Amino acid sequence: MSPARSVAVRRSAPLLLPTAALGVTFGLLASPIIGVLPALVMSAIVWSGTAQFGAMSVLAGGGGVSLAMGTGLLANARFLPMGFALAPSLSGSWWRRAATGAVMVDASFALAHEGEGRFDPQTVVWSAPLQYAGWVGGTAAGVAGASLFADPGSFGLDVLFPVFYVGLLLPELRGSARRLVVAAMSAGVALVLVPLVPEGIPVLAAAATALLGLKEPS
Amino acid sequence: MTWVLVGVLAAGTLALKTFGPLVAGGVQPPPALVRVIDLLTPALLTALIVVSTFSDGRTLVLDARAAGVAVGVVLLLVRVPLVAALVAAAVVVAGIRLLVS
Repeated sequence: MSPARSVAVRRSAPLLLPTAALGVTFGLLASPIIGVLPALVMSAIVWSGTAQFGAMSVLAGGGGVSLAMGTGLLANARFLPMGFALAPSLSGSWWRRAATGAVMVDASFALAHEGEGRFDPQTVVWSAPLQYAGWVGGTAAGVAGASLFADPGSFGLDVLFPVFYVGLLLPELRGSARRLVVAAMSAGVALVLVPLVPEGIPVLAAAATALLGLKEPS
Repeated sequence: MTWVLVGVLAAGTLALKTFGPLVAGGVQPPPALVRVIDLLTPALLTALIVVSTFSDGRTLVLDARAAGVAVGVVLLLVRVPLVAALVAAAVVVAGIRLLVS
């Protein structure tokens, strides 16, 4: 493996266990609602916890399929600006650029950020296999009724996501007052919106605080 | 209808993720946009941290996760390696849940 590949695999590894645990939860939750095979296929081809849990929460609450679709896609709307952020760093044929965008997840997007608006596409691509295996493998265990990790909370695994993101955030904040301001604004927006709007929207709206960058630095 | 849901979520997510790379791949954006892109990562990470720490669906909650994240933040600020901070945070959260359940 090239250094870039092994670094990406190693840096994304801490999320394998919590991702698998979340996959188990999804499998357990979704299979009684939509069936075993659709739950498994959904994880394999949608590959997005936010969209999948969002859609399931609508169906579980008695909502219809179209509302579930809308909720799931709205929950993933942040990938649109993230794709545009990634785009300038991508070269090569259209299918290669599309493939890199398609395998992007929150963690790999942040891991790949090199500063000055540049991203390392190799990191996005090579963070993907472990995350994908964890998510789909976890779902398979969940639909099979594995209850070992039934609740990721039971081992404190759910806290690994925010702490992992803190680990990526702190180096971003060092020595940049502007990023600190944006982070504080983003936290405020997300907190205020959580009780007010559907899941996924708080993160999208909070990410919009990056628009502060349109202003010239003083 | 279930398969329609699966198909639409898959196609929609793929479209959201690939639209930017397809239409703006390799194009150097103007400086103002570079600054926005640069700020998107901290903005997104902060939002994900807040939501995954303090929310349960659409309810704001203050539970064991907050303590775990606080421990993680302190350890990471004093430059403890990430994996050690992750383990410590998970142990704190699991411990608190064990005590209060």
